[in-house]
Amino acid sequence: MTRILLAGAALLALSVGASAQTVGFSQIGSESGWRAAETTLTRQQAEERGYTLQFSDAQQRQENQIAAIRSFVAQGVDAILLAPVVATGWDAVLQEAKEAEIPVVLLDRQVDSSDDLYLTAVGSDLVHEGKVAGEWLASEVGDNNCRVVELQGTTGSSPAIDRAKGFRDGIAGKANIEIVRSQTGDFTRTLGKSVMESFLQAESGGKDICALYAHNDDMAIGAIQAIKEAGLKPGQDIKIVSIDAVPDIFQAMAAGEANATVELTPNMAGPAFDALEAFWKDGTEPSKFIQTESKLYTQADDPSGEYERRKDLGY
Amino acid sequence: MGQTLKRIAPQLVTLTLVVALVTVIFPNFLAVSFDGTRFVGPAVDVLKRSAPVALLGVGMTLVIATRGIDLSVGTIMAISGAVAAWAITSGMGLPASVALAIGAGLMAGLWNGCLVAIVGIQPIVATLILMTSGRGIAQLITEGRILTFSDANLAFIGSGSLLGVPFPTVLWIATAVIVALLMRRTALGMLIEATGINRAASALAGVNATVLLIAVYMASGFCASLAGIVATADIRGADANNAGLWLELDAILAVVIGGNSLLGGRFSIAGTMIGALIIQTINTGIMLSGFPSEYNLVIKAVLVLVILVLQSPNLAADWLFVKSLVKARRAKVRSETP
Amino acid sequence: MLLSIRSLSKEFPGTKALQGVDFDLAAGEVHALLGENGAGKSTLIKCLTGAYRRDAGEILLDGQAIDPASTAEAQALGIGTVYQEVNLLPNLTVAQNLTFGREPRRFGMVNRRAQSARAREMLAQYGIDIDVERDLGAYSVAIRQIVAIARAVEFSGKVLILDEPTASLDAAEVKMLFSIVRKLREQGLGIIFVSHFLDQVFELTDRITVLRNGRKIVTERTRDINRLRLISYMLGRELEEAARDQRTATKSIGQKPMLRFEGLGCKGVIEPFDLEVGKGEVIGLAGLLGSGRTETAELIFGVRGASSGAAQDDKGRIAHANPREAIAAGFGFTPEDRKVDGIVAELSVRENIILALQARRGWAAPLSRAEQERLADHYIGLLDIRTSSAEKPVGELSGGNQQKVVLARWLAMNPRFLILDEPTRGIDVGAHAEILRLIQEITKEGMAVLLISSELDELVAACDRVIVVRDRRHVAELDGDRITSEAIVHAIAQPGAASQFEAA
Repeated sequence: MTRILLAGAALLALSVGASAQTVGFSQIGSESGWRAAETTLTRQQAEERGYTLQFSDAQQRQENQIAAIRSFVAQGVDAILLAPVVATGWDAVLQEAKEAEIPVVLLDRQVDSSDDLYLTAVGSDLVHEGKVAGEWLASEVGDNNCRVVELQGTTGSSPAIDRAKGFRDGIAGKANIEIVRSQTGDFTRTLGKSVMESFLQAESGGKDICALYAHNDDMAIGAIQAIKEAGLKPGQDIKIVSIDAVPDIFQAMAAGEANATVELTPNMAGPAFDALEAFWKDGTEPSKFIQTESKLYTQADDPSGEYERRKDLGY
Repeated sequence: MGQTLKRIAPQLVTLTLVVALVTVIFPNFLAVSFDGTRFVGPAVDVLKRSAPVALLGVGMTLVIATRGIDLSVGTIMAISGAVAAWAITSGMGLPASVALAIGAGLMAGLWNGCLVAIVGIQPIVATLILMTSGRGIAQLITEGRILTFSDANLAFIGSGSLLGVPFPTVLWIATAVIVALLMRRTALGMLIEATGINRAASALAGVNATVLLIAVYMASGFCASLAGIVATADIRGADANNAGLWLELDAILAVVIGGNSLLGGRFSIAGTMIGALIIQTINTGIMLSGFPSEYNLVIKAVLVLVILVLQSPNLAADWLFVKSLVKARRAKVRSETP
Repeated sequence: MLLSIRSLSKEFPGTKALQGVDFDLAAGEVHALLGENGAGKSTLIKCLTGAYRRDAGEILLDGQAIDPASTAEAQALGIGTVYQEVNLLPNLTVAQNLTFGREPRRFGMVNRRAQSARAREMLAQYGIDIDVERDLGAYSVAIRQIVAIARAVEFSGKVLILDEPTASLDAAEVKMLFSIVRKLREQGLGIIFVSHFLDQVFELTDRITVLRNGRKIVTERTRDINRLRLISYMLGRELEEAARDQRTATKSIGQKPMLRFEGLGCKGVIEPFDLEVGKGEVIGLAGLLGSGRTETAELIFGVRGASSGAAQDDKGRIAHANPREAIAAGFGFTPEDRKVDGIVAELSVRENIILALQARRGWAAPLSRAEQERLADHYIGLLDIRTSSAEKPVGELSGGNQQKVVLARWLAMNPRFLILDEPTRGIDVGAHAEILRLIQEITKEGMAVLLISSELDELVAACDRVIVVRDRRHVAELDGDRITSEAIVHAIAQPGAASQFEAA
């Protein structure tokens, strides 16, 4: 099977010719809207810059990714983008790419291999995202007392750990802000809603809650419904800050039901291509980690407009 | 009725104990108030939140009674939810959307049933096919994103109330009662049990085991589609990736806690329903307790283990043995006392 | 005495399985333990081997009181058991099975060479020379049985219990087994032999103990007892003479047949055959195992698809492509392996009896509970099904009673043509005679029966007509006075018997 794929890929490479730059992109899959948007934006970026993009969907399997990279190497692409599904087990295949002198750029996730095996890694700083959210809440409440409930991501996952830590960094030193309840909502709307329901039950029907911090927008959207059904006004009675900046949260912000979100940009390809162009031109080695911007959006930042801009990206 | 009560007595005792335990940790657990339109309180939440697992459990009980298993119910939830959300956003209206979603569930059940009853694939493998591939179908419908809708009628199924009772609660109790009556007031229950215990003998006795098996998997698909509609209506959006994820395992657990054998045969829908309530009471109890998330699974696992050990027939037999010994000794003491 | 059992009692909820049973076994003796199903034979053996704990009484082995708590303990004490379904591991080699738990070791590892040598040595005592490195499952039941005996003798060495050892052996294999048993007797072992083949009991054993309803009835020397007296001990009543002579009178000679099968056959399974079935007729189907007897029944009942042929009655063609159609045509079928294809073990006696009737009515038309109970009670009484209640799971009944439940299921349907495949296999003498009597009863009302049996006596006693099957063909048909054991054996054995078929 692999052999057929390789042969087919080689043929394809021959027919394309050598005129434009060819970039291979091994994507994890399409498990979330964010990832779909990342794929869409990578395609857009490649098209704008006139590259030929060889796209391979690994469907959450490392062996598919390894096979794809081998095939890219066999085709002799000019660069490889890799969004690794797991952190370990990449040494051999990255070594093969290095020996073929093909630069590899990691997107949004890191690997445990030696950093001379890849050109650079583009990603957001998860701790920083949490910190931006925390700092926003700290400035929003000023010196008023605020009891915060937290919807955590999947227990043990690095976004959940880092976003929890960053938020605490952001509110450090503000004795008036206290995180009173933390529970995992598994990054899903369903659990975001049902966990929020139990928070409301446990905190006098929600009267004692001043703000909600959700590790992603989907949980916040679920929680907003729970708050509405409990007869409270999300965004006013309970302030809501979350992370990711998916289109639906902008709709909620436009309706005044959410207050702020921190963007995890799906445009990882832009900075990656910038670094690659510099490298192709004169061999400039970029730094080993390129941090994307963690931009804060509030109700003042034209949420309806942001929604329109994002809704077709595949979120 | 008396027989049913006797059959599910261990489950009722377990539920009481779990509720008591949660009440100790969270004293207001059983407090229910009426806020003008509906009842609110943690116990009401349990009744509402157990809807998906209870609905899946109704179908799963029947499938397991035939010595099968349906791993695809979580995925069927995702498909039906996606169909419902897609139909309502395409402007089809509530009846058509619900009908299409249920139709999708029935089709999925028909597929499973044919693989099991006609092609002869083992149920665990046959339903695994849909379990793994079905989410892809759901993603195709939602185009990989969370398909959000704002139709109030559909949302009512997830978060509305009838006479103050959450609609999902009404739905799962009604489904369980109707299916249980259908099983016991007709001969279906016995024919399903006979097929599950000995398909060959049942077929020789003229039981149409093939049709019965397909019907049972379709019933499971039907129940899963109801659960999928509830889940989608609840969050006003179809999340193809996460809707019903791993719920097939909770449904199987509910069947087992309900005292049904995974080897098929005798079954009790009432038992499974209490099993679902036990699971949801534990889930809600954990959330209310305020323990850090890291302990969730451990607490749940320990409680489930304790419940299953307490309910195991061996232990029950040992207990009867101890009881008979005590009785014998008492009798002896009494007879020796002048 | 090697083994003495004194006033052994064992009670289960609802039944007194054993009440004050005495039993003696001398060294160098083969002692038969006989009784109907449910008489207490297997309970006694299980108490002896530690599978059950007795409630009262004592067991003396070599004069020492013993109380085994497990089969392993009983084995260590010297009591070994070989069951009908051999309790060895078919996916291990013969050598591994023989030395399991006592593997010869070298530096802590199993020494395979020594293991094989030891195994060959053990089997050589029984005159068996086979490849001990092959999986046990690759060998016939007889070989497996001997391996089990070799293992039991090696590990235990005082008392050997053989529980229905010959049930799945052919005549030659039985002979081989008996010579081994006799040899072990000469070596001074005490052997308890449980079997329902009375011929074998008379051939092999020195003494006989009969149990009935959990009590010991008698222990006598085999040579002092005759068959009729033995059967009457077992049944507690004199066995009625099989009333074959009265039978033929009820036959419907010259009448138009009720059913006619023409050219029915299935490629590679059975050659096309014709069969006419008269009202109230009992047709026997004789032949060796694998000759096409069961296949004939399966073809008629639609369990197997026919590749040719048709069935008709006086109203025209009958569809019988599957069991449901066959049932609709008024056929019934009690299969050979009642545990696998007959009973639904965990359902109650009541539910098993009404199963086919309910299936024919359809799920939407349930029989009322009262009607179900009436039917169940009726057939429990009619067929004398021994059960404490109609609600007892049928799997807990003895084999003969399970067979009666399956029979009741079909009688409740009131079929016109009932196929009975080995209805008396594995059940004891009493139930055996009762089932034969039942066949006579039901055919009086006009029901026709196709009786498949390996027991010639049974066919001779019950049938109006016997069809002999050999090599997937119906080769002969005997009727009236020509139905004798000799004639059937002759037809099964002789290729020339085909001519007899043409004559008939």
